[in-house]
Formats: sequence, structure tokens, C-alpha cells
Amino acid sequence: MDQRVLMKGNEAIAEAVIQAGCLHFFGYPITPQNEINAYMSKRLPRLGGTYLQAESEIAAVNMLYGAAAAGIRAVTSSSSPGISLKTEGISYMCGADLPGLIINVQRGGPGLGTIQPSQADYFQATKAPGHGDLKILVYAPNTVQEMVDVVFTAFDLSDKYRVPAMLLADGILGQMMEPVQFPDQKPDIPAKPWATNGTKGERAPNIINSLYLVATELEDKVRERFVRYGEIEANHSQAENYLTDDADVLLVAYGASSRVAKRAINAARNQGIKAGMLRPVTLWPFPKKQLEAAAKNAASILTVEMSMGQMVEDVRLALPDRKVQFYGRTGGVIPTPEEILEQIKALGGGVK
Amino acid sequence: MAVVYEKTTGLTDRPLHYCPGCTHGTIHKIVAEAVVELGLQEKTAAVAPVGCSVLAYNYFNMDAVQAAHGRAPAVATGIKRALPDNIVFTYQGDGDLAAIGTAEIVHAASRGENITVIFVNNAIYGMTGGQMAPTTMPGQVTQTSPYGRDTGAAGYPMRVCELLSTLDGVAFAERVAVDTVPNIRKAKKAILKAFQNQVDKKGFSIVEILSTCPTNWGLTPVESLGYLKEKLMPYYPLGVYKDAEKGVRV
Repeated sequence: MDQRVLMKGNEAIAEAVIQAGCLHFFGYPITPQNEINAYMSKRLPRLGGTYLQAESEIAAVNMLYGAAAAGIRAVTSSSSPGISLKTEGISYMCGADLPGLIINVQRGGPGLGTIQPSQADYFQATKAPGHGDLKILVYAPNTVQEMVDVVFTAFDLSDKYRVPAMLLADGILGQMMEPVQFPDQKPDIPAKPWATNGTKGERAPNIINSLYLVATELEDKVRERFVRYGEIEANHSQAENYLTDDADVLLVAYGASSRVAKRAINAARNQGIKAGMLRPVTLWPFPKKQLEAAAKNAASILTVEMSMGQMVEDVRLALPDRKVQFYGRTGGVIPTPEEILEQIKALGGGVK
Repeated sequence: MAVVYEKTTGLTDRPLHYCPGCTHGTIHKIVAEAVVELGLQEKTAAVAPVGCSVLAYNYFNMDAVQAAHGRAPAVATGIKRALPDNIVFTYQGDGDLAAIGTAEIVHAASRGENITVIFVNNAIYGMTGGQMAPTTMPGQVTQTSPYGRDTGAAGYPMRVCELLSTLDGVAFAERVAVDTVPNIRKAKKAILKAFQNQVDKKGFSIVEILSTCPTNWGLTPVESLGYLKEKLMPYYPLGVYKDAEKGVRV
């Protein structure tokens, strides 16, 4: 496709997944991501792929595990409560070095919470998406176009490093409509000589496994994996700088809240306050270097989230000598630009 | 000299870790033989469970995937949907299949997922040291039913073949045992059929195999075979519970 089309976020994600060469979807209904399932159920059978509505989120992620073991690109999608159930499968995928994409269109929690949008799964996604020593790639786009773009990157890096990837969206991004353009290129899916797709009499059996009964063997395996994590951290963190060059007040925000923050920054600029924003696109790896550079000349730093303050801990770790303020709304409440502007002003207008 | 018997190429040369008298070894052998005899070894993936047979991936001489506890039918579904012309089987114990994995086995069966399930029922959790399983007999003493399984508190044993045979997606369900040579031969025949069904794309096939656990039953291997016959078989009758082809159904 070489032209822009108007699409709902969830449907754009689904189409991007298909165009990235993934024709196998395993899911379970949950709001606010149902358009993904609906789109996949319409498209995939006609493309010779699989739409499978599983009996549970747990079954769905284990189907993803099986399909990934077989060597194909596969995906599962859910929202916050369902992602909690998927953490078992995510841990096993990490332990067995399987690639694959997990989509989380976040809603408010804890518990059943709300169907309203939220960013309260940051800790889960970046710190403990499953039990054990592990990491997954986490992408947090803030436009429908960027959701499409990161799907391709997420699959490519997941395949390259054999690390699962998560697209961390939220109810706003999933439900909003925006123009979007799909890349005019065929997916470049690497060979997977480790896959359990039958020996064909040409090789020794492949084993996909996360069990190591000898402690030192497991330690070696985990350390080897952390070398790969290190390569990802060194090479694949992404962030957007918005008016950071001369910013006195630096905001740090991602996903939907970064869009609200941007409006507050524009309003602040109109009032003569030099505000700017560092917007992480990858939450793991967290863009520490980009943040350090953006924060260098800023007098004040404010993290804005739709949570009680989760990413702010990574901001503080990246800037240990700086005072980092936080402003958040939670429970499905979206902050207004006016609220954030008040916060910017309260920081003294960024005067050093 | 003519060779009259050889170890199947469907198994690796790794020594099995199973306890003396355990029937997992026999079951591994006949499953591997069935895969080889049908010419499927080069396109088969075994899915290993969590439990005593967790290391099955080291023993079956073919591609293998180790699954989370109870999730083998879901993992097998993922593999099969990715590679419909390949062969996939799960090898699961009673704790794995009939407790934590109940949803996965019921729904794989209900979908008519074209996979083969080898279900080893020895009425106890073996790997973790002999705890009560869903299939533990009324009155049976285990680590977690030290006064014998009290059906008032712990309910009744689950008959998996009977349960699954009510589902339209199931093509074949048979319960066999591996306590005697004739029964082992019958078990192998059932396993061959369960794999042939998959080749013929007939849908979900399960073979439930009554097995022993001398270590955790606290019996000798020979006594265990007696326990299997006298206690398990009356509660879990052998036979074909579903054969869609022949219209057999409980």
C-alpha cells in the first residue's frame, strides 16, 4: 500500500501484524482490544492462516509458544487482566528463547479494574512479565502510525534476538482513528534452524525447553541470555525528542499520556515557558542515554503517567542526581492538558 | 544370525531416569515404535509435560517441545496449526492432564484438534513425591491423603476417556493398560490407531494408559501390577470409549 488509510488503532495493529508475515493469531475476548480479534477472525482464514479463539488467555499464550517453537511468526493479544494470565507463557517463551509478539491494550487495574485506558502495567511489562530472570522488548507507541511501525520492528528484533516482544498500547490508542500508511515492503523473516518443524532426516532433533536441572547450567544459560539483553540495550532503545533542545522544563511521558503532555507543552510555550519532552518509544530497553542528554540543560523534570508512578522510577534511576517530579492520574482517568500545564507552571516555569 | 529384535530408532540412547518397575519405559517404547513404524519420525514433534515424563524430550528421538504444566494440548495446537502436515503428540500424566491442564485437554478435544494424546494414568503425582491426583482411588494413601483419599473432602477420581468421549470433536478415545504382554500389544495397537487418525486428519485421538508407580504406591513392581489390575481396572475399565469411524460411543 502506498497511500494513507483511516484506521482504528486496534485494526491497524492487526493489519500490521499480518503484513509483517504473521498469519497465526491466538486470543481471547477482552475489552478494549476486541477489534484485533474481530479483524483477525475476518482476515486470517482467507489468507490461509489461523484465527483461534482459545479457551483462556493461558491456553492462547501457550499456543503462541507452540507456534513459535514450530518456527513461524505468531501473536497473541489481550488487555491487562488477561496479560496477568499470560505471564506463565511469557516466562516459558523467555526460558526457551522463543520469539513472538504479545499485545497489551492496557486498561485500569488492579483486579478487574475498569475498561478505561491506563498505563498501570508498566512495572509488569518492564520488570516482571513472568517469573525468573528475564526481559522482553516493550514498545509503547503514541500514534496509530507508530503502532504499525513498531509491529514490524518488534517482530524483527524478536526473531533476531529470540526474545519475546510486547506492544504496550492502551484503550485510547486502541480505540482512536488516525490516518496510517503501511510500509511497502515484504517482511524479511530469518531462517530458524532451531525450530521443531520436523528433522526431515536432515538434522539431529531440535528441543525447545526451559528446564535445566543443574544449577550452573541454568546460570550459564541465563547469563548468555543477559548478554543478548545487553546487546539490545546498547543498540535498540528508541525515544522521541520534542522541543528538548532549549527546554527548561523536561517532561517524560510515553503512549497516550505523551499526547496530552505534548498539548500542555505547546500551551506552556505559548505562555513563554520553555517546555519539552523526552518520549520513550521503547520502555525496555529504557532510553537512558537519550534521557540523560535531554535532561542535561533542563532545570526541572516532570514525569507524567496514567498510573500512580511507575516509569518515574526508571527516570529517577537514569538521573540519580536530579529531582524528578511526578504527575499522574489513574483508574482509567486521562489527565487533561490544563492539569499538566498547571504542573509545569508549578515548577517555577522552568526558571533555573 | 538373523536379527529378530532391535531397539527402536524412535528412542535415543539416553538411559531412562524412571524408577525400577515404572511402566513409563514400556510406554515410551511402544509410542516410539508406533511413530517409526508409521514412517512419521522425521516430521513429528513430541510435546513433553511437567511431571515424571518431563525429560521425555531427551528420550524421543525426534523434535520435542517441553510445555508448561498442563498446557501440552495448547502447545501442540500451536505447532499443529503452524504445520498442519506435521505430526504432533502430547505425552501427559494424570496431574498434568486431569488437574492443572483440564481446560486445555477438554478444549483441544472439543475443537477436534488433529493431534494425538498419550495419557499416562498412574493415579498419583510421581515427580513431586506422591501426592493425591485427580485420578487417585477412593481410600488410596498418598503423601497428601495420608488417611486414604476421603471422597467427602477430596471428591472422586476422574474418568478422562469417559468424559472426553461425550465431545463431538473426539475421533478416538481408548483406555488400555501395560500390565501384561497381551495388554501391551493392545496398547500399541491403540497408539498406532491414534497416530494413523492424525495422518488421516480425523481429529483428536487419545489413548489413556493405566500405569504403575511402585515408588509412590509403596509397593514392589510386581505388587504394583497387581494393584493396577485389582484396584484401578475396575474403576477405569479398559476399552474403546469413542471411535467416530465405527460409531462407538459410551
